[in-house]
Amino acid sequence: MTAAATTPAAIVVRTPAEIKRSRYLGFTYLFLAVVVLWFFARWSVDLGNFTFKLARPTDPSAPDLTMSAGRVTLIVGVVLAAMGGVQLARGFGKMNNFVLSIGLFLFIFAFLAWATAQSSIGAFSMVGMMKTTIVRSVPITLGALAGVMSERVAVINIAIEGQLLAGAFVAVVVASPLTGGEDPTLILGSPIGGWIGVGAAILAGMLLAWVLAVLSIRYVVDQIIVGVVITIFVVGMTSFLALRWLADNPELNKGPIFKSIGIPLLADIPFLGPVLFDHNIFVFGSFILVAFLTFLLFRTRWGLRARAVGEHPKAADTLGVNVYRTRYLNVIIGGAVAGFGGAFFTLGSVGRFDENMTNGRGFIGLAAMIFGRWHPVGAMAAGLVFGFADAMSQTLGILQTGIPSEFLGMVPFIATILVVAGLVGKARPPAADGQPYIKQ
Amino acid sequence: MATLELRGITKRFPGVLANDSVDLEVSSGEILGLLGENGAGKTTLMNILYGLYSADEGEILIDGVPQSFAGPGDAIAAGIGMVHQHFMLVPVFTVTENVVLGVEPVGPGGVINIKEAKQEVREISQRYGLEVDPDAIIEDIPVGIQQRVEIIKVLFRNAEFLIFDEPTAVLTPQEIEEFFGILNGLRDAGKAIIFITHKLKEVIEVSDDIAVLRRGAMAGRADPATTTEADLANLMVGRPVELVVAKGAARPGAPVLTVADLVVVDDRDQVAVAAISFDVKAGEIVGIAGVQGNGQTELVEALTGLRGVAAGTVTIGDKVVTHATPRQIHEQSVAHIPEDRQRSGLVMSFSITENMVLDGYYHEPYSRGIKMDWDQARAKAGELVEQYDVRTPGTEVAANTLSGGNQQKVIVAREFGREVRLVIAAQPTRGIDVGSIEYIHERIVEERDRGAGLLIVSTELDEVMALSDRILVMFDGKVVAEYEGGAVTAEEIGLAMAGAAP
Amino acid sequence: MTEPQTPAPDNGPDSASGSRWAAFMDDLTGVNVDWRSALLVPALAITAALAVSVIIIVVSDIELWREFSLSALGDAIGQAGSAMWALFTGSFGSLAAVSSTLAFSAPLILAGLSVAIGFKAGLFNIGAEGQMLMGGMAAVALGITIDIPVFLNVPLAVIGAMVGGGIWGGIAGLLRARTGAHEVITTIMLNSIAGLAVIWMLSTDFFQPAGRQDPVSEDIAVSARLPRLLGFLDRTDLRVHFGIIIALIAAYAIYWLLYKSTIGFEFRAVGFNPDAAHYAGMKVTWLYVSVMALAGGLAGIAGMTQINGLLYRASPGFAAGIGFDAISLALLGRSHPAGVVAAGFLFGALRAGGLEMQVVTDVPIDLIGVIQALVVVFIAAPALIRAIFRVKTGEEIGQLTTGWGT
Repeated sequence: MTAAATTPAAIVVRTPAEIKRSRYLGFTYLFLAVVVLWFFARWSVDLGNFTFKLARPTDPSAPDLTMSAGRVTLIVGVVLAAMGGVQLARGFGKMNNFVLSIGLFLFIFAFLAWATAQSSIGAFSMVGMMKTTIVRSVPITLGALAGVMSERVAVINIAIEGQLLAGAFVAVVVASPLTGGEDPTLILGSPIGGWIGVGAAILAGMLLAWVLAVLSIRYVVDQIIVGVVITIFVVGMTSFLALRWLADNPELNKGPIFKSIGIPLLADIPFLGPVLFDHNIFVFGSFILVAFLTFLLFRTRWGLRARAVGEHPKAADTLGVNVYRTRYLNVIIGGAVAGFGGAFFTLGSVGRFDENMTNGRGFIGLAAMIFGRWHPVGAMAAGLVFGFADAMSQTLGILQTGIPSEFLGMVPFIATILVVAGLVGKARPPAADGQPYIKQ
Repeated sequence: MATLELRGITKRFPGVLANDSVDLEVSSGEILGLLGENGAGKTTLMNILYGLYSADEGEILIDGVPQSFAGPGDAIAAGIGMVHQHFMLVPVFTVTENVVLGVEPVGPGGVINIKEAKQEVREISQRYGLEVDPDAIIEDIPVGIQQRVEIIKVLFRNAEFLIFDEPTAVLTPQEIEEFFGILNGLRDAGKAIIFITHKLKEVIEVSDDIAVLRRGAMAGRADPATTTEADLANLMVGRPVELVVAKGAARPGAPVLTVADLVVVDDRDQVAVAAISFDVKAGEIVGIAGVQGNGQTELVEALTGLRGVAAGTVTIGDKVVTHATPRQIHEQSVAHIPEDRQRSGLVMSFSITENMVLDGYYHEPYSRGIKMDWDQARAKAGELVEQYDVRTPGTEVAANTLSGGNQQKVIVAREFGREVRLVIAAQPTRGIDVGSIEYIHERIVEERDRGAGLLIVSTELDEVMALSDRILVMFDGKVVAEYEGGAVTAEEIGLAMAGAAP
Repeated sequence: MTEPQTPAPDNGPDSASGSRWAAFMDDLTGVNVDWRSALLVPALAITAALAVSVIIIVVSDIELWREFSLSALGDAIGQAGSAMWALFTGSFGSLAAVSSTLAFSAPLILAGLSVAIGFKAGLFNIGAEGQMLMGGMAAVALGITIDIPVFLNVPLAVIGAMVGGGIWGGIAGLLRARTGAHEVITTIMLNSIAGLAVIWMLSTDFFQPAGRQDPVSEDIAVSARLPRLLGFLDRTDLRVHFGIIIALIAAYAIYWLLYKSTIGFEFRAVGFNPDAAHYAGMKVTWLYVSVMALAGGLAGIAGMTQINGLLYRASPGFAAGIGFDAISLALLGRSHPAGVVAAGFLFGALRAGGLEMQVVTDVPIDLIGVIQALVVVFIAAPALIRAIFRVKTGEEIGQLTTGWGT
């Protein structure tokens, strides 16, 4: 007998996929550097200073941030070019995503510097934009949380859009007739009728989630199809009822808007106070839900079983965990979260319902869930990114950059595509995600 | 002293009588070997015992008291524990999380007391000599250790009756020895054990008593002290079984497959095949032995164009095909029997005809231009079904209506149904009945004698030894040993499979 | 279309050639399906959905909620009854109604084929709406710049629309193939992007007529219009146009492609089992791109029929939600071209009848979206139909899509 030749296994250090992604990132940085230097820096030289306002008149005072646009864009451009060089030469290893976020941050900063300097105002409210970021992130985060709850037990919830829309509609239709007339006492920023509206929205979300659960768990219908159909149903139903009820009865479409509550002391911190601690209950609710659901999923018995059901339902079943009940429960809790998020669109924002007013936020929430790697904290981080994209397109509209507003409106959608295309690396969904569990 | 008894268990599935009035009994301090070939109904029987299925007739008694199990929870409560053939472990959980799942020690608010859980895992692993790190993530530990976790899981639930379903399938011969040690230890600790297998040698070695299941019914019992492998085989299949494949001496010709310094990475970007070199000559069968997960899958995928090659060269005949596509390989007259027939070998909802032309559909006579000629395809399929003895009502039924053995024959027929010079077969007989196994082995030898070179990759050491003219052993992505067929013992190969220097 | 020997048995059972019909029906959902149940389930599903919609109309009557009385209940039921009647008369009640049904059916069938071919290849194309927009805009761009004889200009519009929609669909296919980005999410996002892109395009000098500020395009050339089929009757209310012929031709072409060609074999193999397709030497990633491009092309033609057949110019909402109806439609038609054609006629009838319903009975047309969703729910879960009607039906549709992990 002969022993075959063997070689030490230390052959591949960086895998092809890694190298490829590293190259993509490197060229991205170089491209951004070119954009910054060629466009922003060149134009900004003559523009003078820009100002980011860190406080509005009513906020705790904070100094303005004023800098020379030419200098800032030049520096950012050079830094981005250097980053591109390093990335192409040897990569940043485990720091890739961190460096990517810094790169994007710098680019956006330079972009805003240019946009502000070129506008006739020469300044914009940073505190306002950050506040808007948080507010706009709320429905996306809540939608993503609904997705997390459901997909952690391996039920794909693409009906988030429908759940949000139903919540928005039900909240205003229930709350409006209950809150007409006299000046009521407010509980956490809203009359009791508003709270009943929120409760009804939560119930609506749970009801739709129950339908999703029954069809996908009991009747084993393809989960993505069920989700899409539920969304189509809700879009049709809310539009139908809006025309049938609200068009001729505007008093049914005039809900109480939840007022902001400043958290004592914290709200008085300059900049951070108004940005983080002066909001209505939906914003604080989403913060609390993120913390609570994280605790539930990763610290408790219930969470361990839920995750086991999502990863390996058969194993859970053989250990006496009730797979079906766990799935029903989680999907319905997710629905409750989405229903709450839906109420935000009406009672937490404009106070009235418009046809299809969620406008794809549920689907973006779905992307936020993927971006956030099926983790509540990640979902919130992703929600904030999308909220920021939203807020920035609004800000740029005010600054009149000459970029068509339609293009700015595309930013969140393009960001979503980039996210699911794995710009930030691949995440692993729960192993059984989307697969029905069939007991013999 | 506890006793578990099955009486008259009968279970019907649509069209199949899976268990036919089966009686069985096992007591504390005893290992009962349950023998039967694939599809004999062993797993069904055990799933009934474990509460996963409910029996149509018959009853389960513990110490003479009839039980009724609505689900595994009830069976667990009654003291039954099962180590499944496919481990029931959550890959992304830690050892401790897997062990406590379903019976978690909790504090206020449902918070898991992970510290206490870890302590208990440690205690059990010490008491029974099942060494394992409670904090390790399952997907990071080898299968042998995973099996220990499964056993700890069962013991954690205070099981008195332990069922092991094909526990040795994924282990090296050395790990099997170790496992038998554990099994004996558990028996000596007073546990009652049912050991399910289709391997004759093992059941004789470890059991105190043997029960043989055939086509769902109890075929007989045997005393391991007196019975022989041939007797058991006869009992298991219902007729004498050829334990060896009849074949003449090989007459190797020129190499048809040459592999030089081949490096392949797996899905997780880890090196799976580490600079392998070997060749396969015309007219010989080269077998690759090894425990599952030592790079065989990636090797076959790289050779057949399904997976990219990181370094090295692959040559078929005198054509370099290192970076060829599956189709280009196919066009080099290479037959490929894939490892997992349902996952990649067949489109289960396609008809037999469609499956028969799955890789040849694009050329004549099955199509001209982009127009399919289904009449030609049907004719060829009919011919192959006849020739390869595929038991089916017709060529237009879906592949998923066939038994595993007949599905495999469809693949073999498709791949051997044209002139080939190289056959790459992975696990060609996994999970199919003895009749089909014998048939496919004959065909493989026939291809060799016709002048084709064959590369057979199998985790069944017996199969590799029976078929091969030359045996390569893979361990950790490398070929660690090479033997002449027929001139080596299972023990020698076993050592090499475990990575011991030969 | 060079195969005259195989007529397309698109409508109704053809008892004369029973075996061919049976074989054809076998293709419907796969292999050896009992076609009686394949027709029974849709019929019962539609019945159930209409029944539920009657209940919705009655329950949503606001007068009933203000003050319940038997006479109010009677009024509500009366309204529901006349709504159903209007649904029928508006779709089949007159020549104009039938013409309207057919006119609505054309883009629905084409968009339905787009979604269906995706399902056959294991891809869920939710992007037909955006692909319609892009195809339609391509047709507008050609229609406002080129004026050549109609027998050249209409084919040109078809090709242009296919390219426009095909690129939009192909992007999703490319993303799936290259990066694994799930087409469900990318196509939804591409819909939103297309919607905004159309609004932007309609504000550019190229599309917008001089002097207009609202988002609308110039009129396309008369030679680019799809001829009215009943134009010889010289009535303006007979809107059925050549688009329905294009849709039927497309349906047959897709049928042939799926079941008689090597490309269709590859599509279906990838749809059922991408691993096996890869093993068999098919280029799975390339197939994803080509399926999505083809799907986009079909939806693009659907968008073209909206422009060149009905509206003659673009405004932001010209796709009219047809791309979303197409999802329900493809499911109702079980992703088979013949089923899609039948379902397309039904949905066209619902749209035509829905307009009549809204005008005559004041019941909002959005109800038909609800009806369609309900139909799909009942289709997708035959067990529900079994439970309601206590009949034996075929199997569930099962899993058509893949989750995020693959």
